[in-house]
Amino acid sequence: MSLLSLRRVTKSFGGLTAVHSVSFEVDSGTIVGLIGPNGAGKTTVFNLITGIYRPDQGEILFNNTSLLRLPTHRIIALGIGRTFQTIRLFQNLTVLENVLAGCHCRMRCGAVSAMLGLARHRKEEKKAIEQAMNALAFVGLEKSALQQAKNLSYGNQRLLEVARALATEPKLLILDEPAGGMNEQETAALIDLIRKIQEQGVTVLLIEHDMNLVMRVCEKIVVLEYGSKIAEGSPPEIKANPRVIEAYLGTEED
Amino acid sequence: MEEFFQQLTNGLAVGGIYALIALGYTMVYGVLKLINFAHGDLFTIGSYLGLTLLTSLFLSDRLGPGAGIVVLALMVMGLVALVGALLERVAYRPLRHSPRLSAVVSALGASIFFSNTLMLIYGARFQVYPQGILPKTAIDLFGLYVPLVRVLILGASVVMMIALYAFIQKTKIGTAIRAAAIDQDAARLMGIDVNRVILMVFLIGPALGGAAGLMVGLHYGQINFTMGWVYGLKAFTAAILGGIGNIPGAMVGGILLGVIEALGAAYLSIAWKDAIAFGVLIFILIVRPTGLLGERVAEKV
Amino acid sequence: MTEKRFLVYGGVAALLAVCPLFLNAYWTDVLNSIGLYAALGLSLNLIVGHAGLFNLGHAAFYAVGAYTAAILNTKFHIPILALMPLCGLTAGLFALLIARPIIHLRGDYLCIVTIGVGEIVRIALINNVFGITGGANGIFGIARPSLMGWVIRRPQEFFYLIWAFVALTVFLFHRLENSRFGRALNYLREDETAAEGSGIDTAHYKLMAFVLGAAWAGMVGNIYAAKMTIIAPESFSFWESVVMFTLIILGGSGSIPGVLLGAFLIVGLPEVFRGFTNARMMVFGAAMIAMMIFRTGGILPARPRRYELLKEEAAEEST
Repeated sequence: MSLLSLRRVTKSFGGLTAVHSVSFEVDSGTIVGLIGPNGAGKTTVFNLITGIYRPDQGEILFNNTSLLRLPTHRIIALGIGRTFQTIRLFQNLTVLENVLAGCHCRMRCGAVSAMLGLARHRKEEKKAIEQAMNALAFVGLEKSALQQAKNLSYGNQRLLEVARALATEPKLLILDEPAGGMNEQETAALIDLIRKIQEQGVTVLLIEHDMNLVMRVCEKIVVLEYGSKIAEGSPPEIKANPRVIEAYLGTEED
Repeated sequence: MEEFFQQLTNGLAVGGIYALIALGYTMVYGVLKLINFAHGDLFTIGSYLGLTLLTSLFLSDRLGPGAGIVVLALMVMGLVALVGALLERVAYRPLRHSPRLSAVVSALGASIFFSNTLMLIYGARFQVYPQGILPKTAIDLFGLYVPLVRVLILGASVVMMIALYAFIQKTKIGTAIRAAAIDQDAARLMGIDVNRVILMVFLIGPALGGAAGLMVGLHYGQINFTMGWVYGLKAFTAAILGGIGNIPGAMVGGILLGVIEALGAAYLSIAWKDAIAFGVLIFILIVRPTGLLGERVAEKV
Repeated sequence: MTEKRFLVYGGVAALLAVCPLFLNAYWTDVLNSIGLYAALGLSLNLIVGHAGLFNLGHAAFYAVGAYTAAILNTKFHIPILALMPLCGLTAGLFALLIARPIIHLRGDYLCIVTIGVGEIVRIALINNVFGITGGANGIFGIARPSLMGWVIRRPQEFFYLIWAFVALTVFLFHRLENSRFGRALNYLREDETAAEGSGIDTAHYKLMAFVLGAAWAGMVGNIYAAKMTIIAPESFSFWESVVMFTLIILGGSGSIPGVLLGAFLIVGLPEVFRGFTNARMMVFGAAMIAMMIFRTGGILPARPRRYELLKEEAAEEST
């Protein structure tokens, strides 16, 4: 059954239509890739799903709940975790604190119980730190927990973004170019990580330029060009699709 | 009706002063996306420099009142422009690649520094401009008698605004300023020396602000070291009202705010005069943060 | 490390506690001023230092607390210290009302609007709004405070009241810093979009930073009214807000020891070097510029929080 579904979603900025009547479904438990040439509207689709932009038309359903009127943090709390294309970590805070940001929406204690030092506050903190450390261990960063985020290497910063998103306990994880800036070795490790995330029962939707990665991990691929969907199917189908080949050969020379 | 027109002309004159100061805010914001909090204090420096030059050089005795005032104004504008360029070099340039709010703190620090330096030099009390520099006559405008000072202030500010507009639209460096305001990186790639543009902006804005400071001294006759932030805040309101970053907007916003304030003070309550301008500021920022002539810009995520 | 911090705090507290025994009334009063500014600085630090929201109108909230105390004490003879929670409440509610429509504004715009709000409040007080603020002369005849029948009158007595409040503030705010709430404020300071995208209700936390900071300033306003027995609009001018803001930036924004040090520097130093009194704001203005260029975090910058990790290797790795 479908976990996320976009129905004829349209968004324009000024006179420019960034996303034009795009529909697709993400089935529970699968890994879906969203690809397309630069400027095809992929990141805009992600920002529409997570409520950073509002669609002009169309409907976005998650677990049969409409996301259109919900603020971003509520959408995250419903079970959609995301990473950003341009790394957006809390650079001056520690790696652990970055992941604790993800735990935030699963915690309940407020200012008063913190100031009074209530037992339930201490218990919740302890549990959150434990969960955050687990998320860090999952991506292999537990040893850097107390470093400042800005001191991590580029590839590790991407992994930290994944850990932070996983700490929100998502049903659907949205990754925006997770392999961007990674070397071959790191990308290979990332492929394993994405599969491991799937094994935990988390559905994955990802944007990626690295075709090798996309073809290897995705079960379904959606292709955008100039804001419209031009193809959808399994990796072999996409590879053979003449419109996709044209779109890529037409824009990417190298 | 007589009362209304007197308030209107008063509002137009004060509005001209606001507009001149607002231009400094809006030009700096256009190029650097920085609110130059110290700009109001550059204006105050202008009025104090005007006072010092006036009482020490006796320009109007030597050159006659008309030429004396013009030379005085040019000297004040030049000196304040130098202070402005120095401010940019010392307080803002080292922070150009720092987080935005660092520059805001630096600007606040510069504002505190300038106003308190003026207090140390001139004292905390109001300083009084000498009387009789401009003849205390009123001129006949369609049967209404309007004080000469008001007419001169409005006239001078309009002339300066037209000159600035022509400079920005017609000259090469003016085009460079406009280009840098739209996209600094692209401007740099097109071979525009962005540092020079920023320097120009920090010469022109403070020069206009300094001229406004001199006008306030001549108009009201007394000045104080803390007046910069009230005028600054009002001029900033004017810049927001017209759409920040927009040069004609600052002119329209300034004149409009002067008139709103004068009429509000006359017909609503004189005691709440300052609150009116701040009320307009808050109202505009809540309802239409892009101002009257500004355009909405989507923020990239 | 934690023991060392405990020792430093304990040492400073013990030193302060015996000060009134050696100092005359004048110098004790200087320490009282420092204490009031320290408490105000700590309250503003939640907004400016932790949440990164530039507020240059904090004196307005301070004023709401002070006037609440003064009006209710002089009109209904309610003991002033008993009004402290109510002063916090009115200042907090006022902040909620004011901040709600403007909280989405970007950093520098928000800063400008808070200046405007602060001025409007001061003008309203001068104009005797609702006929209860006493106009430009303010309110006088506020009854001396008393604690359990003991009337607080001398500077030495106020010293213990004020610094006990500061100590309580430090204790509570230290806990707040090291909590989900405190971290949420830091997330939105660092990157609002990322915070929202990590599931944090940024609008809510911005508002709460304002409300809590304002409520605390309101309670300090209560103490101020009790100490002065007379309050006037001029005590809540723009420059008061500037002093509070400056002491945070210079001392160390987001850092409790930094704010305390800032209060000592900005309020105490000019008293020690008397010739410096007039020049102090000039020097501090220049220091703010230098600080932004050379040492953004202030003299005593905020240090990373400490966490007790279950895995020991991680703790070793960080050192």
